[in-house]
Amino acid sequence: MAENVTPRVRVPSEATAGEVVTIKTLISHTMESGQRKDDQGNVIPRSIINRFVAAFNGETIIDVTLEPAISTNPYFEFDAKIPESGTMTFTWYDDDGSTYEDAHDITVG
Amino acid sequence: AALFVPQLAMAATTEEAISAFTGGATPGEGDLTLTAPEIAENGNTVPIEVSAPGAESIIILAAGNPNPDVATFNFGPLAGEQSASTRIRLAKTQDVVAVAKMSDGSFIQAKQEVKVTIGGCGG
Repeated sequence: MAENVTPRVRVPSEATAGEVVTIKTLISHTMESGQRKDDQGNVIPRSIINRFVAAFNGETIIDVTLEPAISTNPYFEFDAKIPESGTMTFTWYDDDGSTYEDAHDITVG
Repeated sequence: AALFVPQLAMAATTEEAISAFTGGATPGEGDLTLTAPEIAENGNTVPIEVSAPGAESIIILAAGNPNPDVATFNFGPLAGEQSASTRIRLAKTQDVVAVAKMSDGSFIQAKQEVKVTIGGCGG
């Protein structure tokens, strides 16, 4: 697992039924592109997060395929429809096979 | 000229990437908005936004990068709007291209030139 990978997400804790809310996510990751070279001129191998999925109560909101052209510390902002109370889950998939997860509850009052 | 062959084989062109996404169809014009800065001082982190109401998925391509693929957004049933923002790397001044697959199976395209002061791919 890459070191110091910390997901941060901004999700409202409350919503009205059917409301569309804006979600912001950021995860710290070097996103090594595989294009850079070290001091000796050797290519630094690619090591990126290649997929990001956000879902609510198991239903997909957005499923993103990332390529090396995504910046360091990948940031995503998108809109989600909240039909009922539940849990929003976020999953990032690393090239090295590890996954990073975060989850937030949203209450429909 | 033979020296260039391995590189060409590795990095598909933007046209090939679009064709792979659309299954060979040529994308038309439509309600697809690609928002990117006209000038990016730092190519390492260029904010972009795509929006296409009714799209199933949107692919982002950067024609002037070593590899044109940037990202593909697939929208699920709970997407509030078919839009998303992220930050991308641009190696040099170039066109950023977005192609959206609409729910009726058609494809639409938008592009915008971004002038890059400092390239963002290292090396």
